[in-house]
Amino acid sequence: MGKDFNTKKLKKNAFRVSKERGMGASRIRVPGGYLKAEILGMVQEISQTYGNGIVHLTTRQGFEIEGIRLEDMEEINRKLQPIIELLEINQTEPGTGYPASGTRNISACIGNNVCPFANYNTAELARRIEKEIFPNDLHFKVACTGCSNDCAKARMHDFGIIGMTMPQYDPARCVSCQACVKGCRTLSVDALRMENYKIIRDTEKCVGCGVCVTKCPTRALTRSKKKYYKLAIMGRTGKKNPRLGKDFLVWADADNIVKIILNTYRFVKEYISPDAPGGKEHIGYIIDRVGFEEYKKWALEGVELMPETLINDCIYWDGLHFDNKGK
Amino acid sequence: MGYCLTKPEAETLFQKLLQSYEVYAPVRKAGEGCFSDTDVIRYDRIRSLEEIVWDQKSDYSFKEVLLPVNETLFYFTEEQTAVPKGPEKELLIFLRSCDLHAVRRLDEMYLNNGAGDFYYARRRERTRFALMGCPYTCDSGFCVSMGTSRADQYDLYLKVEGGQVYADCRDSRLEEYWKEAGGAEMPVSPEYAGENREKVALPKKLSNESFTKEIWEEYGARCIGCGRCNFVCPTCTCFTMQDIFYRDNPKAGERRRVWASCQVDGYTDIAGGISFRKKQGDRFRFKVMHKIYDYEKRFGYPMCVGCGRCDNICPEYISYSNCVNRLAKEEEEA
Repeated sequence: MGKDFNTKKLKKNAFRVSKERGMGASRIRVPGGYLKAEILGMVQEISQTYGNGIVHLTTRQGFEIEGIRLEDMEEINRKLQPIIELLEINQTEPGTGYPASGTRNISACIGNNVCPFANYNTAELARRIEKEIFPNDLHFKVACTGCSNDCAKARMHDFGIIGMTMPQYDPARCVSCQACVKGCRTLSVDALRMENYKIIRDTEKCVGCGVCVTKCPTRALTRSKKKYYKLAIMGRTGKKNPRLGKDFLVWADADNIVKIILNTYRFVKEYISPDAPGGKEHIGYIIDRVGFEEYKKWALEGVELMPETLINDCIYWDGLHFDNKGK
Repeated sequence: MGYCLTKPEAETLFQKLLQSYEVYAPVRKAGEGCFSDTDVIRYDRIRSLEEIVWDQKSDYSFKEVLLPVNETLFYFTEEQTAVPKGPEKELLIFLRSCDLHAVRRLDEMYLNNGAGDFYYARRRERTRFALMGCPYTCDSGFCVSMGTSRADQYDLYLKVEGGQVYADCRDSRLEEYWKEAGGAEMPVSPEYAGENREKVALPKKLSNESFTKEIWEEYGARCIGCGRCNFVCPTCTCFTMQDIFYRDNPKAGERRRVWASCQVDGYTDIAGGISFRKKQGDRFRFKVMHKIYDYEKRFGYPMCVGCGRCDNICPEYISYSNCVNRLAKEEEEA
């Protein structure tokens, strides 16, 4: 029997066509890179039964089971079911694997489950966003990172969600030791100074990283009750015009960020190039074409920002241009 | 005399007490810990018995009630000074046995060490102490080794168990409240930790010769000089002075005294730009020897009460109790 596979369909089903004829790979999404260890055993079993015993840890924190035969895809989909269920991935029909692959796994740094610097539970937000946006064939990349260090490289994503905290200062507990001032100067953006033995925070400069809070020995500086986020948008890698995401919202809340991401799906549906290869076009390029003002109109539909949220009204992305050399 | 009240009865009593007392106790400050989504247990004024955290040791001690982190000593203009008023009500502080022993150390420093301190004294003389029991040992404390696991100098002992609140009143004015509440009289005695996981043996042969020990170099290389160990310590009493000239009118201002730490830069700075203990190892040595040597030489008993808070808070995992044990072991081996 000839090898007859619908490659468009199998790619949407989260399989990859490999360079070896008839062979492929199965991709497992792990939102936030957060999983129970028992899943590792299941991945091992699939790899050793259907693959070549090798598993690639993907750059987006998933697994890619290498060396599978394309004819085993249906069986593998059935084997993937407990993994899909344990990770609570939205699915259209049980036993049929992943219903889409365009919207990529949502990656995250380790977050405040472990990291002393993280300002929020990145895995939790990644899972929440996954629930909202998956499955979808549109090519969206989202990453959650705990603080402005951006270990998750959120700025290389269409949506990079960077944790912030609004430092709360109680001068009555401050002993003028300046640990926060030194910490901010050496580890962050030098936004603190001391005047009359008390700390003054330059709110224009402060990136809400929380270093001052971790340095304070007396709890004079603490985190805000509210969790804040910076939403950096339209970062990407790529052949034409790789670029870093730029701040769209600063001191934003999670609900509005989710709304903006969902609004962006509608924007892309409206404006994606009909010639986009494989129905994939980087959102940043679409915005370049239709203009940021138009994007903003769509993105902010039904969004009511908190009074403290700062919005950048006009964004221009530069980045590296390989598409207009010599022009 | 001991009493037993139901929780609602005790709360009613407590509300009456609040008319004449400011009550301070360890409370949970949700989300105010060092790291995201962590809490801190520290002292604050309470409005209900429900606020008290019983099952955990406070990260910071009670001392900030008697010695505020920042205390304005007086306000000044060009011609006049004015002293802020003292407490308006009586004070009641909930604390554990180790901390009650620390009160003796604070008194030693601020009342008996030369002229008594006006600010400390006016607060201290209106303060009563409510002992919290230790039905089990905390993780890092070594009160048994330091002889501070039991305390009988309390004015009130309080214990909440199930729906009942048990009290042992030693102070007659506090006892009036219990008599009025009409609770059942019964013998109530404090629960004490019989044994700690941490045991500490104090070195007995420390002297100025101990200054050159290698151990100080080692800890000096690890210590970051943040001062957390001092700030959580119930027996550290050092402060510095700050004269503030108001920004809008520098002819008026105030003098404050503010907690200081022997580990933090600036502590030994003097006029002329001299600083005595520049090396972190020297500072660490100073702290440890002050707790178990200098103070004892002067007052006849060690300063450290073995609460173990410094061990819990150190971001560099320096264990003071282990350091002391190492010093004792070095002596033994010598």
